[in-house]
Amino acid sequence: MISMTELSKIHNSPESAARLKKRRAAEWRLKAYGIMAITLAGAALVTLMWSVVGKAAGAFTESYITLPVYLAADEIDPDGTGERAIIGRANFGGVTKDALKDAFPFVKSRGDKRAMYDIISGGAAFELRELTMADPAIIGQTIDFRFLASDIADLYLKGSYGDLVEQNAGGTLTVQSDGKTAVVTSSTTDFAFVMARVKSDLLAKAAFNRDQAALQENGRAVFTQRGDLDEAAKREAARDRLLGVAEELEARAALDGGREALDKNSPSVLVRMGETWVKLTEVSATGGEGKIIGVLDSGVRAAGDWQVYLQDLPEASRKVSDLQIVLIENLRSAGAVETVFSKRFFMAGDSREPELAGIWGAAVGSFWTMLVTILLAFPIGVMAAIYLEEFAKKNWVNTFIEVNINNLAAVPSIVYGLLGLAIFLGFFGVPRSAPLAGGIVLAVMTLPTIIIASRAAMAAVPPSIRDAALGIGASKLQTALHHVLPLSMPGILTGTIIGMARALGETAPLIMIGMVAFIVDVPTGVMDSATVLPVQIYRWSDFPERAFEARTSAAILVLLVFLIFMNGLAVFLRKRFERRW
Amino acid sequence: MTNEVKISTKNVDVFYGDNHAIKDVSVDILKNTVTAFIGPSGCGKSTFLRCLNRMNDTIDSCKITGELLMDGEDIYAKSVDPVQLRAKVGMVFQKPNPFPKSIFDNVAYGPRIHGLVGNKTDLEEVVETSLRRAAIWNEVKDRLDAPGTSLSGGQQQRLCIARAIATAPEVLLMDEPASSLDPIATAQIEELIDELRNNYSVVIVTHSMQQAARVSQKTAFFHMGDMVEYGDTTAIFTNPVDQRTQDYITGRFG
Repeated sequence: MISMTELSKIHNSPESAARLKKRRAAEWRLKAYGIMAITLAGAALVTLMWSVVGKAAGAFTESYITLPVYLAADEIDPDGTGERAIIGRANFGGVTKDALKDAFPFVKSRGDKRAMYDIISGGAAFELRELTMADPAIIGQTIDFRFLASDIADLYLKGSYGDLVEQNAGGTLTVQSDGKTAVVTSSTTDFAFVMARVKSDLLAKAAFNRDQAALQENGRAVFTQRGDLDEAAKREAARDRLLGVAEELEARAALDGGREALDKNSPSVLVRMGETWVKLTEVSATGGEGKIIGVLDSGVRAAGDWQVYLQDLPEASRKVSDLQIVLIENLRSAGAVETVFSKRFFMAGDSREPELAGIWGAAVGSFWTMLVTILLAFPIGVMAAIYLEEFAKKNWVNTFIEVNINNLAAVPSIVYGLLGLAIFLGFFGVPRSAPLAGGIVLAVMTLPTIIIASRAAMAAVPPSIRDAALGIGASKLQTALHHVLPLSMPGILTGTIIGMARALGETAPLIMIGMVAFIVDVPTGVMDSATVLPVQIYRWSDFPERAFEARTSAAILVLLVFLIFMNGLAVFLRKRFERRW
Repeated sequence: MTNEVKISTKNVDVFYGDNHAIKDVSVDILKNTVTAFIGPSGCGKSTFLRCLNRMNDTIDSCKITGELLMDGEDIYAKSVDPVQLRAKVGMVFQKPNPFPKSIFDNVAYGPRIHGLVGNKTDLEEVVETSLRRAAIWNEVKDRLDAPGTSLSGGQQQRLCIARAIATAPEVLLMDEPASSLDPIATAQIEELIDELRNNYSVVIVTHSMQQAARVSQKTAFFHMGDMVEYGDTTAIFTNPVDQRTQDYITGRFG
């Protein structure tokens, strides 16, 4: 027989104190782990937001280039009808090109012209067309029109290709021009910085060759040891050749003065004299030789009348060419370039041209899809939950259904896409790519979540409330609808919104039913072809144009805003409907 | 007290799955009489009470055999709708369970779903009458819009009684209605029960023998699923026939 009096003495023993200490330590450790976990999660979130917001910033602004454009009457509306249809058929692309040609008459070759046209978006001609159709009175006039800049021009203006950095230049520049190329010579070593850059590149190349030579030397040693002298001799020759190249490069780098060629893989050096630029193809410490962009005569330029710029990123590594940089810089100096907030991103549908692509089409597609989803999933889910929780008898059929609903909640979402493809599209003939199809599939996917959440919420309603209602003669249905359902509404709504939020972020099932298509038009109903926000993000992330990078991040932000809004709504509704008993 | 039988039960057996909860019980509930069911915990008195308005129907595993007649009609007949039955046999539970709605809506719920009154004025009258009968009108008449859950425990229980009365039942079943109340609230409820006897048959399950002695005219003593003894309250408490009854009321067990 245990004496309880003896047992109670344990409370004051040193062992008890030690145990208490251990318990406290365990508690402290758990707290520390918790704080660590939360800190880690917070840091991950901050990093994510930082990266996304930082990248997205570029998508919220767009650039415009203002150019005078002559709307020739004989090109646009030869008979002066002023009819929209006739004006609409005119070649505004040509008008736009003419405006550029007038602005830069020195651009002559076909390739250069094409590069020049590329600084203005293909969409600008359509905007000019809209403007003219809306106001035919401007035909025959020269107007200043704000042309939307192309993606590469826009990216350059936002500094995505690095900056054109002005270098110190204090000498007097002597120019010898033959019209196409020019030799420029400064009175001081104003180009020494280029030589330093080029020479450090030479040394880097030499070091690479020496590394390669060392590998060959290793090979030679191994083959000599094995007695394979033929192979060893080959290695030796290769080694000597590489060493020779390295020595030659090092000699070039060591030489004071000298000239070095600049190619597509070297940094670009641009000499500016007002509106005319020279792109150097050969450089020495005091000057160089290069192609004229603009019109240039021989002569002497005093210090301050000329500048030299370095674009660090080689031309081969960027989409925007030196010619385009020169044209954009000239426009910028003339005050013809502006970068403004982009309403277009929020108002436009998708486009192949990044500068024309907007999120609105996908947002509206998401809206229609979600509408279909909630209209189907909420009533069906809640009714199923009411039946299962309040009416269904506990037998094996219902247990089987219950278990399977729980299993369905864990089924990969793409499987629902296959189901939708086979049944809704294949059998019932729901149109492809339509929000109706997507909404049905997402509703089926969301149903288990809603049912489980609703059942949990109903099960949490105290049985005494059911007893009370039944006790005064309410039927089961009345009990469920008048008492259980209102009391469980906060939980049901929370579950529903969480399910909807998951559906809003879902891509995989929609791939199966064709909502991954390229759809330019903003859908006007549930039967139109549409895409949704996460699919838009997925598609943009896959496009090669660099400007889509910013748009992908911006679309992610828009989706996150939607999700935060929905979760906020869930919190609000929960608070609003919450009742205590 | 009359001798007119309101509910008569004969040879009632109740099973929860394999558990034989009520064994061959026969009791007659009289009109305008308070009948008390007493007995130790788990003796089956609550179970038997819940048979009288078919609240046990909500328990899947519960099986009931025997004869239960109200006004000569079988309570468990196929033709009887339990919803209709429960409108006639009201119930008050051990724990006060007002709906999380206003005091008014709590009381008005029964009349509304049963279509007892046609217009708002009548409904208000029914609510007032019920609250007056439940002796709570004076405490809540100024705040009928306040949630029923905001009342104190005793007030909540009286509200529940008012709610049960509002459906105009013929029988009122009370499952330990004062068990969670303080002595003052208990006294109020007991007074109320005595008052209610004029209009209803009241069946009350209680753990408190003093309460049974105070409020009831008839008493049934349950033990281990058996109905050991049934008779006039005074007789049971002064001159019990069965040894177990004697032991229980003298506090030797239970």
